[in-house]
Amino acid sequence: MLSLSSQYPILVAIVPLMAAPICALLRGKTAPWAFTTITSACTFYISIQLLFSVASSGPISYELGGWAPPWGIEYVVDLLSGFMLVLISGISTGVLLYARESITKEVAPQQLGLFFTAYLLALTGMLGISITGDAFNVFVFLEIMSLSSYALIAMGERTDRRALTAAFQYLIIGTVGATFYLIGVGLIYLMTGTLNIADIAARLPEIEGTRPILAAAGFIVIGIGIKLALFPFHVWLPNSYTYAPNIVTAFFAGTATKVGVYLLIRFIFTVFGENYSFGELGLTDILLPLGVLAFLTMSSVAIYQTNIKRLLAYSSVAQMGYIILGISLASESGLTAAILHIFNHAIVKTGLFLSLGCMFFVVGSTYLKDLEGIGKRMPITTFGFVLGGFGLIGVPLTPGFISKWYLVVAALEKGSIIGYSLVALLMISSLLAVLYIWRVVEVAYFRDPPDSVVKREAPMSLLVPTWIFILGSFYFGIETSFNVGIAKVAAAFLMGGA
Amino acid sequence: MLLLIAGTMAVLLVRNLFVATMLLGIVSFTMALIFISLDAVDVAFTEAAVGAGISTVLYIGTLALVGSQEKDQPKFAAGPMVICIAVGAVLYYATYEMPPFGHADNPVQTHVGPRYIQDSPTEIGVPNMVTSVLASYRGYDTFGEVTVIFAAGIGVLLILRQRRRRKNEDDETDVPLDKGKTGRSGSLSGLGSEHDLIPHVIAKLLIPFIFVFALYVQFHGDFGPGGGFQAGVIFAAGIILYALVFSLDLARSVINEKVILFLISAGVLLYGGVGVASMLLGGNFLDYNVLSSDPVAGQHLGILLVELGVGITVTAAMLAIFYAFVGRADLIAAKAEQEKN
Repeated sequence: MLSLSSQYPILVAIVPLMAAPICALLRGKTAPWAFTTITSACTFYISIQLLFSVASSGPISYELGGWAPPWGIEYVVDLLSGFMLVLISGISTGVLLYARESITKEVAPQQLGLFFTAYLLALTGMLGISITGDAFNVFVFLEIMSLSSYALIAMGERTDRRALTAAFQYLIIGTVGATFYLIGVGLIYLMTGTLNIADIAARLPEIEGTRPILAAAGFIVIGIGIKLALFPFHVWLPNSYTYAPNIVTAFFAGTATKVGVYLLIRFIFTVFGENYSFGELGLTDILLPLGVLAFLTMSSVAIYQTNIKRLLAYSSVAQMGYIILGISLASESGLTAAILHIFNHAIVKTGLFLSLGCMFFVVGSTYLKDLEGIGKRMPITTFGFVLGGFGLIGVPLTPGFISKWYLVVAALEKGSIIGYSLVALLMISSLLAVLYIWRVVEVAYFRDPPDSVVKREAPMSLLVPTWIFILGSFYFGIETSFNVGIAKVAAAFLMGGA
Repeated sequence: MLLLIAGTMAVLLVRNLFVATMLLGIVSFTMALIFISLDAVDVAFTEAAVGAGISTVLYIGTLALVGSQEKDQPKFAAGPMVICIAVGAVLYYATYEMPPFGHADNPVQTHVGPRYIQDSPTEIGVPNMVTSVLASYRGYDTFGEVTVIFAAGIGVLLILRQRRRRKNEDDETDVPLDKGKTGRSGSLSGLGSEHDLIPHVIAKLLIPFIFVFALYVQFHGDFGPGGGFQAGVIFAAGIILYALVFSLDLARSVINEKVILFLISAGVLLYGGVGVASMLLGGNFLDYNVLSSDPVAGQHLGILLVELGVGITVTAAMLAIFYAFVGRADLIAAKAEQEKN
């Protein structure tokens, strides 16, 4: 018979995939939720096992259908993809713990079976993208993730009908992104005759200078850029995040764009190699200004928002700017900062959206004007939100501080006038973050609540998962050996092994 | 080729959406012809069945909902135009250093291709190599594609059902759907008119052949062009034709929404189940060799089963989408009638 652990790489993707159709047949209020949560917890367990075994004994390759690559499809777990798997399944599980009561306010009970089916499919898509070693297989799972996320976002429609237009906008833009990616992969296949990522990487150097490869790289970078909400392709993100149901926003904020970043890193460093990406393609000159623009403009825009959910969404685009900046520095320390910030931002932002979800659960709105004096009405939730806000700003002891620290180090390493001005710009952006978080604090603590309302906290089933994320973020801000350690080794591996 | 360009331009310019839909069908058929001339028969088959067949039907279903005239004269949009031209220019730029078309020394022909061509008859033993690549060498991609279809079906069900429920909640009363009355004006479930004899007779003659053909495509995919995707679409088209001619309610009594939801899941589970079975028998996921004592027979069995899974899910997903659209039309019509009374 088989040894189960040798099948872990495939199990992590097909456990949620096979669970999805079963979940579609489940009825009732709790059954679909419970089933989905257990499934997600299983993938989380498998992901951790995979990460441990990769960390101790090196990358794992799994041949699907028993066909050796490049003829068949290969699953590859290295440190970075293992890290992504743990992050995605962990956040998914945490958000699901929170989901049971939260979602009943936003989605009709008869729809829950299908809703969680879509949730499982989105999870499958993200895990599949992270683990696969095949460029076309990425596209397939990208589609699974995208289609289900359009449906999930549209589910915010009972609260605000604008969710439908938001989902439609995302569908159009997202489809363009996916098509660009597909064109790029098609061109690569034309030139190399293979779809396996490692095989492509091995065959590319001979034909690096040719025009089709140049065009392919352009299409792929832009296509992925759209998916990860790279400035200026971010227009879909604020709308989608604002109108989606709270748990969907919390889940996607921590994972969906991060999967995009993962893909970008994969293509820049593994497929094209950093010499080609930053030499011939000149990605530094393109990505660096975009990253800087993203965090400066989007942090400024966030200050003026009247809906906290939208404020956080703009802040997400800004935070992606930091990650892109880290990548564009083309150095090991820059890449470390980027990978680190993927993790740190995911955990902080999910915590923030969850605490916002608590407020929505009680108050029924996320507009600033409806949340006056919320600090007195819901002290525990609001305190959690403020702590999460510290993480966004980058106050010491929060993970935001750690990743900014590494980013500053990487920028200084670059030296010259660019490095110093980058540091200055990072400081300015942090000040902008102080401003937008302060707006919430001001409304929450320095305005009086309307007379009619009484003090009422969110139920424990919402508060506990929220605080797990908030406290977890502090844990990873103080005891950094896990996240920093993995980011460092993964960055070194990518830079060396490309 | 010229027909293709002319067709696409016409779609852009035509104001009547019904005409545009028909033109899109023509474009798809032309595409299919081009694929045939490139010797990609399987792709052509899919394009004809999906592009020209089922999507046209779904478009028409949508048009029945929203009317066939464009609401406003669209403004000339400069932004998308620039993007389109830029994409075209980059592709054109890229063609310059592409390997010569159809040349035997191209990377596509020399790297992974030869193994598929030389070894697949002995390793898999299926005459149609496209099927062996799709269902076995890259079977996992196909599994992913089935899941994409599944996700699409779930998405449509999720969104359109939620809308319907919401409408009902707003009205406080369930909108009554009187089932006996077919042939109601404006309603799609009564679309089949009882008096048009010719469509009835023709449909009665055609539908059995459509089903038989679908089954042929399904099970003959190993030998000739075809397979689960195409068969599923054709099968769904047969049922949709029945619904259009004889009314949706009759079609519903043959295969209702619950059955569809079950089937749509069952297909994915069947495909995945084959994978899991091969894991339990000691192979990797979707390794059909272990399904039988003889690897080639195992491959045969595996491909047959997964293609069946594909067919079931595709049929059910197409029907789910069609029903969901038509159900909406029904609701609107019923509501309008209620207001009139």
